[in-house]
Amino acid sequence: MGLELLKYPEMEEDNVLNFTDSEIVSHVKDALTSVLSGDNNSYNQLVGVMHHSKHLAPDEVALLETTLKALAGAVSSIDITHHDSLLSAIFSMSMWNYGPHVADALAELIVSLAISNGKYLDLCLRMLVSNFTPPPYFLDKLKLSRGLERKGQVLSRVHAAFKKIADYVPLAPLRLLTVVLQGMPTIYHKDRAILIYVENMLKLESGEIGELVGSTMLMAVVDRLIELDVEIGWDAILQDDFSKGIFEMELEDVDDIDECSEPDVGEFRLSRKSLAGNSIAELLDNLLVLTFEHLESCEREGRLAKVFETLLQSFQITVLSAYKSKFTQFVIFYACALDPENCGMSFATMLVELFVQDSQPQPTRMSAVSYLASYLSRAKFLSASFICSMLKRLVDWCLEYCETHNGDLNPNAHRVFYSGCQAIMYVLCFRMKAFVNVPRLRLQLLMPLEQVLKHKLNPLKVCLPSVVEEFSQTGKSCFSFHQLSRAFGGLERLDTFFPFDPCLLKRCDSFIRPMFVFWSMVKPTYDDAYDDDEDDGSSDDELVRDHVNENEDMMNGWVGKSFDEQGIDMDEFDCELQKMSITPKTTSGHKFGGRMPSRIRPSTSPESL
Amino acid sequence: MEGLNVVDAELVVYLHPSKSRKISQAILRELSSLLFRFYEAFDGVLLAYDVNVVDNLPKILPGVQPYFGFNLKANLLVFSPKPDMLLEGKVVKLSQESIHVIVLGFSSAIITAESVRAEFKYRTKGEEGIFASRSHKRHVIKVGTMIRFSVKSFDDEILHIIGSLMLVHTGSISWLDRNLEENSEFDRSATKSRDREWREDKTVDEGETPSGYNNLVNKSKKRRIA
Repeated sequence: MGLELLKYPEMEEDNVLNFTDSEIVSHVKDALTSVLSGDNNSYNQLVGVMHHSKHLAPDEVALLETTLKALAGAVSSIDITHHDSLLSAIFSMSMWNYGPHVADALAELIVSLAISNGKYLDLCLRMLVSNFTPPPYFLDKLKLSRGLERKGQVLSRVHAAFKKIADYVPLAPLRLLTVVLQGMPTIYHKDRAILIYVENMLKLESGEIGELVGSTMLMAVVDRLIELDVEIGWDAILQDDFSKGIFEMELEDVDDIDECSEPDVGEFRLSRKSLAGNSIAELLDNLLVLTFEHLESCEREGRLAKVFETLLQSFQITVLSAYKSKFTQFVIFYACALDPENCGMSFATMLVELFVQDSQPQPTRMSAVSYLASYLSRAKFLSASFICSMLKRLVDWCLEYCETHNGDLNPNAHRVFYSGCQAIMYVLCFRMKAFVNVPRLRLQLLMPLEQVLKHKLNPLKVCLPSVVEEFSQTGKSCFSFHQLSRAFGGLERLDTFFPFDPCLLKRCDSFIRPMFVFWSMVKPTYDDAYDDDEDDGSSDDELVRDHVNENEDMMNGWVGKSFDEQGIDMDEFDCELQKMSITPKTTSGHKFGGRMPSRIRPSTSPESL
Repeated sequence: MEGLNVVDAELVVYLHPSKSRKISQAILRELSSLLFRFYEAFDGVLLAYDVNVVDNLPKILPGVQPYFGFNLKANLLVFSPKPDMLLEGKVVKLSQESIHVIVLGFSSAIITAESVRAEFKYRTKGEEGIFASRSHKRHVIKVGTMIRFSVKSFDDEILHIIGSLMLVHTGSISWLDRNLEENSEFDRSATKSRDREWREDKTVDEGETPSGYNNLVNKSKKRRIA
C-alpha cells in the first residue's frame, strides 16, 4: 500500500518497546489534541494505521493493537467533529479481518467509546451489529474450520461487548434493539447474510442481556420466517392453471399423472416451481433448523417455558393471522414436542380458547380451529386423554351452538360452526382407534357428536367431502351414517387448511418426523368399503372439484404407495400436490382449495346434481 | 438528591377503537411507552406515573379511524438534571481517565479525569483503581461507592450525564455525610480549608458556587432516603 509505518519517535533508537501504557496514551492524546490547533501530522498517521487492514506483518499487527489500546485510554480526547476521519475509520473496521488480540483491542476501544459519551453509543452499537456478518469475501470460508474458528472469536467478543456496554449504560439494550432490527438483511440479499444474522439474534436471546432483548429478537425472527414463508406462494401454482376451464385442466392433469415420475414434463408447471429448486425454501429451511436448534438449547437450559410464552404471543400475532402459513408453524410444533406437558398442552388450550370466544373475529376463530385440528391429529406426543378433553370442549361448544341456533344449512352464516365440526371429524379420522374402546368417551364425546352431525344445520353437507367420507368410514362402528354417505359432498364447500401437514422442507422434516403422526400410521384398512363406493360412479360436479383424478386404477396405484414412510421425494410430492388441490379460485362465491389431508383418499363425489 | 420532581399533569390519551374492550389496560400501556424518555413537555425524563381518569365519556375524534380520547389527571415523577445540580449515583467503573457512574439505575454518567478536583489522586490498590483524597485519608472513591457529583451537561436523547467532582461537597456520600454532621461550624471551616486546598494545589476554580449552596446541601440531606 505504500504506507509508511508509523513510528513512535523513540522506536527508532530502541528495538525493544519499553514504554508504559500511560506514555503511549498521552502520546496519542497529544496527537488528537494537536488537531485542534491545526497540526494534523501525527493525527493523520494514526488514521493511517487504522486503515491498514489486509495482509499485516506481525509488527504491523502489534502496532495496530497498541494504537487501539492507546485510543481506548484516550477516548475523552476524541472529538466527534474534529476527529471524524479517525472515527469513521474505526467504525468501518471489521473484526473478521483480524486475529484475536487486535479484535480484543478493537472491542475494548468500542466499549470505551460507547460509554464515554452518548453521542457515540448508537454508532458503536451499529459497528458491533455490522460485525454480525462477515465481509463478503469471508462468507464462503464460513464452512471451513478456519472460518468457524474466526466466527467464534468474533461473535464471542461482539456479544461480550454488548454486555459490558449494558453494564455501564443501562439503557443501551433499548438502543440495541432498534439497531439490530434496523440492520436485519432483507430476504432478497443474495449473500445469505440473514442466516448468520439470525444466529446472532438468537444468541442475543440466550445471552446475558437476553432478559432485556430476548423476546423482541424472537418475535422479529418469527416475523422474518413468515415473510419468507409467504414468498413461497401457492399462488404460483394456481395462477398457471387458472386460465383453463375446470374440465380441461382435469383432463390434462389426468394425462400428466401418468408422467408424474418425470419431473420435467412440459405442462407440469409445478415442477418448475417445486420447492426443490426454490432458494427461498432452502433459506427458510435453514432458518427453521436454526430456530429448532435454539429451542433445543433453551430446553436444555430450562428456559423453554419462558421462551414459549413469547413464541405463543408471536404465533397469535403473526402466524395465526397469516393467510395459510406453510412452514413457520412448525416452530411452535417443535417447541411443544420438546415439552409436551407444559408447552404442548398450553398451545392446544390457547387455540380452543380462541375458538370458543365470541368476541374474537371469525377468521381468527376458524384459523385457530384449523390449527387445533391439525395439531391434535399430528402430534405424537399428546396423550389420548388430553386430545379427548380438547375434543370434548369442541363438541360441547358445537352442541350448544346447535341448540341455540335453529336455522337451516347456511355455510356463510355458520362458518365458525362448520369449521368446528370439520375439525372434530378430522381429528377423529386420525385418532378414532384410540377412543373407540373407551365407553366413557362414547357417551361424552361420540353421542353428542352424533347429535351435532344430524342437526338441521347439516355440517356433513358443508364440510370437506374427503374429510366427511373418511370420517364416515372410520366411524362406521360408532355412527349410523350410511344414509349420509350418499347425500354428503355438498354444494357448499369449506375453505380448509391443514397447517401441520407433513413438512415439505427436507431439513425441518428430519427434526419433526420422530414426533409426527403420518396418516399411513393410523389409517384403517377398508378396501372392501372402497369397492362399494366404486359402483356409485363418479358424477361430475360442475361447480367445484377438489380432486382432479377420477381414474380408479390410478387411485389404486397411488393408494398402494406409502410415500410418507419413504420420506418425501420431491418428484412424488409434485405428483401428490398436483393430484390434490389444484383448483381455480372462487366459483359461486365459495373459496376452497387448501391442501388435502395427505393420505385421505379423494372423494369420489357421488353427489347428485 | 436534586433533579427529581413530582409533577401534576393533565393529559389526553387517544386510543385506537380496537382497544375499546380493555381501556384501562390500554391507557396504562400508552403511559408506559413514555417511560424513560425525555419529553420537552415535562422538561425531564418520566420515571413513574399515577393516573386517574377524569371523565368516563371519551371524546371520539372524527376521521377514518375513530380514535377516542380520555382526559387524565396524573402524578408524574420526572427526572430533570440541570447543570450544577448535585446528583447521587453508584460508581461502576473507575480508571485513570474516567469515573463511570449509574444514577437511579438507568442513567449513565461519566466524570473525566479533568473534572476530578486535584484533591483526588488516582492510585492502584492491587488489581483495582481508586481515587483517594490527599487531605482526608478516609475519603476514597472506588467501584461500588455511592458518590455525589455535580452535573455539567445532560444528553436528553441517551440520558447520559457528564458530571464533575470539582466542588467540595462532591465525593463519596458516606464520607461527606459523616464529616458534614457537625453542620454549621464545619461549613465555615470547610470554606477556609477549601481556600487552603486551592492555594496548595493550584486548581482552577470550576465555577462560582451558588450563594444558597449550604442550604441546598442541607435540603438534599434531609431528602435522602436512609
